[in-house]
Amino acid sequence: MCQNRQGGIIMRLIFEYEKQKQSVYLPECDVESIELSQKRERPLHLPSLGEITITRHYTELAKQTHGVNDGFYPLGSCTMKYNPKINESIASDRHFTDIHPLQDESSVQGCLKVFKEAEKMLCEICGMDAFTFQPAAGAHGEFCGLLLIKKYHEMRQDHKRTKIIVPDSAHGTNPASAAMAGFQVVSIPSGEDGCVDLDALRAAVGEDTAGIMLTNPNTVGLFDKHILDITQIVHDAGGLCYYDGANLNAVMGIARPGDMGFDVIHLNLHKTFSTPHGGGGPGSGPCGCKAFLKDYLPGKMAEENESGLEFVQPANSVGQIKAFYGNFLVVVKALAYLYSLGSEGIRSSAQNAVLNANYLMHQLKDHYHVAYDTTCMHEFVISLDKEKHEQNISAMDIAKSLLDHGIHPPTMYFPLIVHEALMIEPTETEAKETLDHAAEVFKKIKEKAVSNPQAVHEAPYMTPVRRLDEVKAARELHLRYVFDDEK
Amino acid sequence: MSDYIPNTKKAQEEMLESIGMRDFDELFSMIPDSVKLKQLDLPEGLSEFEVQRKLLAIANENYVYPTVFRGAGAYRHYIPALVKSILSKEEFLTAYTPYQAEISQGVLQSIFEYQTMICELTGMDVSNASVYDGASAAAEAAGMCCERKRQKVYISQTCDPNIIETVKTYCWGKNREVILIPEKEGLCDIEALSGLLDEESACVLIQQPNYYGLLEDCTKISEITHAAKAKMIMSCNPISLAILPTPKEVGADIAVGEGQPLGMSMAFGGPYLGFMSTVNAMARKLPGRIVGETVDADGKRAYVLTLQAREQHIRREKASSNICSNQAYCALNAAVYMAVMGEEGLKQVAHLCTSKAHYLRKVLIEAGMVGKHDQEFFHEFVLSSSVSSAKINAALKEKGILGGYPLSETETLWCATEMNTKEEMDECARIVKEVLSCA
Repeated sequence: MCQNRQGGIIMRLIFEYEKQKQSVYLPECDVESIELSQKRERPLHLPSLGEITITRHYTELAKQTHGVNDGFYPLGSCTMKYNPKINESIASDRHFTDIHPLQDESSVQGCLKVFKEAEKMLCEICGMDAFTFQPAAGAHGEFCGLLLIKKYHEMRQDHKRTKIIVPDSAHGTNPASAAMAGFQVVSIPSGEDGCVDLDALRAAVGEDTAGIMLTNPNTVGLFDKHILDITQIVHDAGGLCYYDGANLNAVMGIARPGDMGFDVIHLNLHKTFSTPHGGGGPGSGPCGCKAFLKDYLPGKMAEENESGLEFVQPANSVGQIKAFYGNFLVVVKALAYLYSLGSEGIRSSAQNAVLNANYLMHQLKDHYHVAYDTTCMHEFVISLDKEKHEQNISAMDIAKSLLDHGIHPPTMYFPLIVHEALMIEPTETEAKETLDHAAEVFKKIKEKAVSNPQAVHEAPYMTPVRRLDEVKAARELHLRYVFDDEK
Repeated sequence: MSDYIPNTKKAQEEMLESIGMRDFDELFSMIPDSVKLKQLDLPEGLSEFEVQRKLLAIANENYVYPTVFRGAGAYRHYIPALVKSILSKEEFLTAYTPYQAEISQGVLQSIFEYQTMICELTGMDVSNASVYDGASAAAEAAGMCCERKRQKVYISQTCDPNIIETVKTYCWGKNREVILIPEKEGLCDIEALSGLLDEESACVLIQQPNYYGLLEDCTKISEITHAAKAKMIMSCNPISLAILPTPKEVGADIAVGEGQPLGMSMAFGGPYLGFMSTVNAMARKLPGRIVGETVDADGKRAYVLTLQAREQHIRREKASSNICSNQAYCALNAAVYMAVMGEEGLKQVAHLCTSKAHYLRKVLIEAGMVGKHDQEFFHEFVLSSSVSSAKINAALKEKGILGGYPLSETETLWCATEMNTKEEMDECARIVKEVLSCA
């Protein structure tokens, strides 16, 4: 919950306290002191504070941060499910944290086993043959998958395949990743039903098609009913099929992308597999593929040999996309989650994620316009377009009003194909009672908005700060604290 | 089995009924039957006790070296208890990217403070909120420098191979040429560099201290780079920045680096922290999240994600990068570490690293190893020996010591930090002497 700090004191920056006496963390030097000839001339402004001030500073910052523990967090496409505490506790074991990435292989068999076990389980869940954990986030996994596709065509000397097809409902990372892998992006429109328009797809594919990137269920929360036609059309044209697994939470244990005809996939361990998002990261975006692409994977793969596990570099690897092997501790957390859920838990998580979304949608649909009024998957989109035009009530107004009720707003203004969109994803770890309460809040806000639009334009009222001047932030760039002697 | 689903079977049935569904299968009717799965071929779920037992057994298959003399891109430093205590606050851990500024001032302010500290370390004007790691930061920086007519990326051979390989991959993606600048006696060959640059050169990437721990003449390299109208990127060890000239002072346009030494454990390679900072003129080319200061509706100082027009969710294929999730929690970790250590503390760490590394090199040479380079170095150095590095490291392992990283059959890259005591280093030298004398 947000505390009411209206009119309260302005939070000090850590640089704005008076100088204090610091604790002593390190012993005196026990060898001859050496000074380098190259020396820093510029002063180094860092805080000099006692521990009590530092800990209170960050405690106050923590109070002004809304995490999953603090309240309902139905942020569409982000799968803000509960982050199990046992996962954190295991990942903080020193036998995982205090391992140097370049130790001899015989001393890191446990780490290699974490990668191998997680790989095997994700392969089974996705219907793939191999997974690399080097990608550090979803977008990094997309980049990796697209490099596999690029390499595949290059190895076949098929140099004309320079285009990637991306539906207009895709996350912005899809076209951006395709561009980073050197592809031209061909955007195709979605049909009235929110799914890929097959005629548009047929018209778009050709000899220059390298592949398609598809988010499924898509960003309006629908499982594309033409999924098998889509992969068929692209394969027939000689392209490969990429599955953006950002929304895998809806289908894990129910159906597998590999069985639908997809060749490459990335997952977001920080969404589907319960690892925390840390205020923006670290995530983990493992990239999986069918056997015919395995030789192109980046980095090193944990493989079994006579004496245990070893790292093997794929024969025609695309190279490295970062240092070392990925966000290892995040993989440890996801593996703990996979062990906890097992076969049945994975399936029931998807079932309940879809049930919770449909239940909440059902409660809201008499009060809000649901963009696609059909059974949804793990999320659904409501549109305030009509209200915006007729009553000047925007998606922003509804979102900001939710803040006063301790609820994190849904994803706003996305997908782009729905105007005044709010994208709601409750996840399976929320109780019915929470959904009922949220539905009540949504209804109340709508009633208030209709009776007193001005009141919602100015929301929120109870948060540590009110609506921010974003234009000022972008125009008058103030991106760091400036110390007195630097002005 | 724990699946963290709070709704009872009865509640689930009620909910199904209220939406007019008979069972779960009906919810998934749009999925073609031909791809519907009966059951995953995976083991049954486990209780929390069993999960813990199973994973800690796997953890115990790893060996934690009590003494570490290895760096090569990942460094063991002392992490004060206060740093770990602050990072255990779950508001920071479980929040998403701070899209909703009104309830995210804590995380936004912590990023603003982080950005300030990175600018202080590097001397630069602007920092982003982090990228994946030091290697991807270097690759993103190279991307920032490329323009239509300038697409050639130059990297010194003396950079960490992880950085070189990552930059190569990113450049291959964009169909850009990568040219390696040869090394001369462990340093970037400055004469060769002058001959390589032309009007298509986008940037020169130098690591300071370089992969062998040696200090490059960055001022000279920056002059040559700028004479060719290319940009200069420096990849820096953040601890060394407490005592070495800042990238800005020596003329770099972009400073990047691996932030792991700033209070993060080695964690078998991740999560780490890529930091990126640059001069004002290039601010709008920086990839990733950036937090800016503004005011709220009441005129109160507040922080918000800004310059979003560069980013993928707005610009899609024309964005400066595809990055979305970053390493925010690691950036918080670095900021807390720097807040706790302060200027004096960070300088002390850098000074201890330098002094200890010089002592270690001295005693290992006395033990019979041979120094490869004579140039000034920070906390890493290369030695060669008549006996194979594998044999030396095997002897050290018996005493719980992780020896230097083998660069070849007989050459090893050693590292010392404030974590290494004189006794440990003497012990290490004693064992090395024993191995060498037996050969």
